[in-house]
Amino acid sequence: MNIIIQISYLVASVLFIIGIKMLGRTKTARKGNIVSSVGMFIAILATVIQVEAISLIDIFICILIGSVIGIIIAIKVQMTKIPEMVALFNGFGGLASLSVAFSDFWFNTQIRGVDVDMITGISVALSILIGGITFTGSLVAFMKLNGSISGRAIVFSGQHLINLILLLLAIAITVFALTDFANPTYIIVLGVIALALGLLVVIPIGGADMPVVISLLNSYSGMAACATGFVLNNNVLIVSGALVGASGIILTQIMCKAMNRSLANVLLGGFGQTSAGGAAAADGPQIVVKEVGVEEAAQIFDSVSSLIIVPGYGMAVAQAQHTIRELSELCEKKGINVRFAIHPVAGRMPGHMNVLLAEANVSYDKLIEMDEINDDFANTDLVFVVGANDVVNPAAKTNPSSPIFGMPVLNVEKAQTVIVSKRSMGKGYAGIENELFGADNCLMLFGDAKQTITKLVGEIKEL
Amino acid sequence: MSAESFIILLYILILASYLGFELINKVPPTLHTPLMSGSNAISGIAIVGAIIACNELGYFTVSKWLGMLALMLATINVVGGYAVTDRMLKMFKKK
Repeated sequence: MNIIIQISYLVASVLFIIGIKMLGRTKTARKGNIVSSVGMFIAILATVIQVEAISLIDIFICILIGSVIGIIIAIKVQMTKIPEMVALFNGFGGLASLSVAFSDFWFNTQIRGVDVDMITGISVALSILIGGITFTGSLVAFMKLNGSISGRAIVFSGQHLINLILLLLAIAITVFALTDFANPTYIIVLGVIALALGLLVVIPIGGADMPVVISLLNSYSGMAACATGFVLNNNVLIVSGALVGASGIILTQIMCKAMNRSLANVLLGGFGQTSAGGAAAADGPQIVVKEVGVEEAAQIFDSVSSLIIVPGYGMAVAQAQHTIRELSELCEKKGINVRFAIHPVAGRMPGHMNVLLAEANVSYDKLIEMDEINDDFANTDLVFVVGANDVVNPAAKTNPSSPIFGMPVLNVEKAQTVIVSKRSMGKGYAGIENELFGADNCLMLFGDAKQTITKLVGEIKEL
Repeated sequence: MSAESFIILLYILILASYLGFELINKVPPTLHTPLMSGSNAISGIAIVGAIIACNELGYFTVSKWLGMLALMLATINVVGGYAVTDRMLKMFKKK
């Protein structure tokens, strides 16, 4: 019987790998997700068969409740809220791994009264530490994203020192626990420290750095599953955990590179706090912008032959993606070549803009990555920036004293004309002025993106 | 756990991580969000451990209650993760 279960786990692991491989291409991605879910189903089925019938009722009730909640969330969540959902699910994964490790530890030491060996003990401690950090860290990320706590970086003095002390304390407690497994107090204290650490580590990180944080927590949720795999001596947990861990780390690296910041710099937090103060605003030259009305903007749209739309998080906030699709279709009907330029960190998680525009029914071959489209701005008649700020700031290329200097940005200023749809002259996440807005070829279209673009579409139709 | 079985698990961990890096490096940015929610569902694999933990006999043990909590959370993760990924990928269309 055991060999059948082991083979089922092997099949599940292979299906996860094939599934992830298929997720790498747009054409096969949906099938890949299904392949991966079949793998999960096989792993679950094998495990349910393995356990004794006496517990089946409890297991089915828990699975039923979890499935209903999961399905409801998955169906109801808005595409703009996907980052929140992923953050929450990362947290659930972390807490689940922590609970499983603790449950097994308790069963062995307190109920069966057997001794735990060193390797298992270290694995339990790691599961609890990583799982705990993932859980509370993800909850804070979730609350920052949905606005129930301020999305700004929350900093206080001695913050990093406290984190360091807590981490050292966690290591010390683990060492104590290893010498005396019969006493569960150590492991419980370790759990409390892990929960506190997760909270304190994410609190100082600002909203626009969330793509990095979510990617990293995603990776942690995989690592926690991996550590639990070592606790239970279970291969499929280790394989899946390793795949997710690797995935999260790669996405974290991509996001950091796209912001030209080191992971350490993001994690230490506080970005945008210092420059948001009075100093930066006072010494820079005042930017004089040129405003444009909807009617005039419509005429510009009518006269061009190529258009690149640059969406940013502001588009998601204004829920303007559907109106933008309408605008792009209208322009295409007029024979204008329309494309979308996607900066890797636009939005609140990796690939966020692509999902929003896909939902709004924009064909995915129109969504072009930064590196591919950046040379094309120079031969483009019109660029329409919607709710993006720092990712189109030329200061990243020209001003060595700018906090975002060195960050790869979209070369929108090279186009003939740039129209920026923006709610107000408010600053972007980095808290700095955007020189683009004062450029000779740049026109500002102020107002709520959704309303202004709806009006714009109306005007263009009438021309 | 014996040193031998630990080494075998370590092999699995390192090879699977390497494979993960190779596979995910090739995923285009367009698919990063579904990739993340899909891998999120996979990290719900703790469900397997939760089912085993749930199997402890007797209700009034910490192990049992934690196992049931883990099972519910991991199920939300698995079911919700796969369902929302499918919902997203369904929308990726080329006209």
